[in-house]
Amino acid sequence: MDIDIVELSRLQFAMTALYHFLFVPLTLGLSVIVAIMETVYVMTDRPIWRQMTKFWGTLFGINFVLGVATGITMEFQFGMNWSYYSHYVGDIFGAPLAIEGLMAFFLEATFVGLFFFGWDRLSKRAHLIVAWLVAIGSNFSALWILIANGWMQNPVGASFNPLTMRMEMSSFFDVMFNEVAQAKFVHTVSAGYVTASVFVLGVSAWYLLKGRHIDLARRSIAIAASFGLASALSVVVLGDESGYSVTLSQKMKLAAIEGMWETQPAPASFTLLGFPDQQARETHYAIHIPYAMGLIGTRSLTREIPGIADLVKQAETRVRSGIVAYNALMDYRANKGKVSPEVATTFEEHSKDLGFALLLKRYVDDPRQATDAQIAQAANDTVPTVWPLFWAFRLMVALGFSFIALMVWFFWMSSFRNMRFPRVALRLAVILIPAPWIAAELGWFVAEFGRQPWTVDGVLPTALSASTLSVTDLAITLAGFVLFYSVLFVIEMGLMVKYIRKGPYIDVPETDRWQSDHRDRLTAPSPFAQQPAE
Amino acid sequence: MILFELVPFEILRVVWWVLLGVLLTGFALTDGFDLGVGTLLPFVGRTDTERRIAINTIGPVWEGNQVWFILGGGAIFAAWPPLYAVSFSGFYLAMFAVLAALILRPVGFKYRSKRESAAWRNGWDWALFVGGAVPALIFGVAMGNVLQGVPFRFDDDLRVFYDGTFFGLLNPFALLTGVVSVAMLVTHGAAWLQLKAEGPVRDRARAIGSVAALVTVVSYVLAGLWLAKGIGGYALVGDVVSNGPSNPLFSETTRSPSWFGAFAERPWIAVSPVLGLLGSLLAFYGLRAGKDLMTMLYSKLAIIGIISSVGLTMFPYILPSSIDARSSLTVWNASSSHQTLFVMLVAAVIFVPIILAYTAWVYHVLWGKVTEAEINDNHETVY
Repeated sequence: MDIDIVELSRLQFAMTALYHFLFVPLTLGLSVIVAIMETVYVMTDRPIWRQMTKFWGTLFGINFVLGVATGITMEFQFGMNWSYYSHYVGDIFGAPLAIEGLMAFFLEATFVGLFFFGWDRLSKRAHLIVAWLVAIGSNFSALWILIANGWMQNPVGASFNPLTMRMEMSSFFDVMFNEVAQAKFVHTVSAGYVTASVFVLGVSAWYLLKGRHIDLARRSIAIAASFGLASALSVVVLGDESGYSVTLSQKMKLAAIEGMWETQPAPASFTLLGFPDQQARETHYAIHIPYAMGLIGTRSLTREIPGIADLVKQAETRVRSGIVAYNALMDYRANKGKVSPEVATTFEEHSKDLGFALLLKRYVDDPRQATDAQIAQAANDTVPTVWPLFWAFRLMVALGFSFIALMVWFFWMSSFRNMRFPRVALRLAVILIPAPWIAAELGWFVAEFGRQPWTVDGVLPTALSASTLSVTDLAITLAGFVLFYSVLFVIEMGLMVKYIRKGPYIDVPETDRWQSDHRDRLTAPSPFAQQPAE
Repeated sequence: MILFELVPFEILRVVWWVLLGVLLTGFALTDGFDLGVGTLLPFVGRTDTERRIAINTIGPVWEGNQVWFILGGGAIFAAWPPLYAVSFSGFYLAMFAVLAALILRPVGFKYRSKRESAAWRNGWDWALFVGGAVPALIFGVAMGNVLQGVPFRFDDDLRVFYDGTFFGLLNPFALLTGVVSVAMLVTHGAAWLQLKAEGPVRDRARAIGSVAALVTVVSYVLAGLWLAKGIGGYALVGDVVSNGPSNPLFSETTRSPSWFGAFAERPWIAVSPVLGLLGSLLAFYGLRAGKDLMTMLYSKLAIIGIISSVGLTMFPYILPSSIDARSSLTVWNASSSHQTLFVMLVAAVIFVPIILAYTAWVYHVLWGKVTEAEINDNHETVY
């Protein structure tokens, strides 16, 4: 396998996936926020809530369309750039993608048109149902995509079939209820809710700073802060759940994130900060929090978390076992599947390590010919580059806690202090608008980069997964994507800014009339608010 | 789980072959008219309002329609992984072109009318034209290449190697099938505009559409004759193992003089090409006579006939290889495992009826013509 092709394909996948993921979190969260706003409208019959639904709905639409468009790239790219991967695991990986289409994407895409075009054609309640169906469809999409992705991290419910030269599904139930996938789903979806909450909060804060659309902005902040608070808390709780399931399934990723070179006596300490050094297998200037890692990772005081050095040793054993499997596989191939029961038994016993033998393909065509040095090298390759993971993870977590702080404060001020926000706080809310995107992209990076050198953990090395393309092919598509996506990004941002500046523009006169007719009732202070001193 | 053994492997393979056809046909029937309208856009709409009428006839529905395509891709991945691996990487640059067109299209719909500038709107109109015409052409060209065989081979690891080039895809026969595809979808788009638009947009669509219907008939007949006389087919050698492992290298294929042997073996499949021709001729009549609803039906029949004629003629082949016949993909050697096909079938049986039901409801809600007044009254909110 030409390594340039693999590296270029990785670059292209990373680029297009990170780009796609600029739009997805906002779609996930804003679809729910818009549906909540419309629910309030239907319950209270106050036109301001319909205006809010339509205004945030417009921004949702501008964002949604690019999420859809760039999502097609993702589906194409497995076949275009990762055709050996597609062949090797399509039997398992394809199913959740197809079910996503059947169950979720059809739902959201069919009803999103009606959401925008159906206001005059549907009763209030019917339109509300449409809004919720869009939100449910978006969120179910995330479920199935993360079941697919979760399987790459923790490939359960499948085994290698030597007759078809690929992984095949042994239990759909295990694939679907893969604990890594479930933890990832809730973590990712709540991260999307936080993204949308910070977005709504920031844009509304900007309106308050400008003294525009006060009615819309205050109500939007109330929704964003309460929804955002619940979501920000759940991101951290569920991120911890995600961490716990990683401990069980992807020990190497965990050790790399922690920069944990050697196994420590339980319970291990957590490295708060430091400078990981891959060569020396040491983290310089490390600041430790005693016991924390052991408690988070194992939820016990006695279980050990293996360090990188021990994991490499285990990998070496698995490479050797994989070579035995590979040897049996060659027997299968030479005899078109008709092998002696001994060979079949040998293969069965070692086939779970076959992927580790494939790591040798970078160094030698036939893994059975590998030298001890090459085997040691392959085992060493199972360690991802530590420092980017170490830092990306810490930055993500720090941002996660800052969102909790932001949401707690705004929730408190809007519920109990009658929304008297100091300007500095509003400015901070505006400045923080990009932060959840940074956190979300870092999260994706930790999950995918941390899985290297595998596309499917322990099963298929990334170096073997790519298509046999030419560098020219890749150069053309890479240049095409960079150009095309950059132009679309500029256009999208331009429209977003235009429509945010423009503010609500639908149903304006009737909403304003209603607001001024009911001003006395609306300005009554909240019963929770502190009464100003006499 | 032994449940999946209730349905024999070979039956599941045939079912998924049919479902693959259903999904691709579903895509052509629904998103097909969106592609057709996109292709027609510069010709049926001279003023901004006229173009907006055309765009808004498909505005609320194209997104759901496009999912047929995305689902088709997902189903190929899940049910026919080798087909997915070979076709997407083999047709690499063509796929990239389709992708670029399909990205332009949604963005074009959504963003076009969000600014007043004429240059902005003109630019997006071109994007919508490209987004309609390019995929319509490429899908047809791809069909032409599949019929001729595609230059790929597997090694012993079942890694696929592709020896063709992008320009090799643009051979005369494939370009002819590309014309069939564009003409067929333009007819369909014109039938849709006849149904959903009024005034000059509708008139122009009818005029162009009736020409397109005739082009469909002529090019389809020519392609059929060419296929019968000038292009070799493929045939399996030896006993056909229909429930064996999905490994293309386990079966043997040889070249046959023509695909048309299939018509001698299973004469009933002649229904498809007849339906394709009859549907196109009736669509011509319907567009001439201004029959709104019936023309849609005729044009749908044409699409069903034309697409199914390709699949039925090639059965059991789904992607033959022109350079290494034994690498050819068939219904019997290129599917997912027994269990995966079963799980996917259960999912399809549950969800496809639900999808059809709510799609029908959405079309029902949106029933009626898009008028100039509607565009002007809602000029800030419609596309």
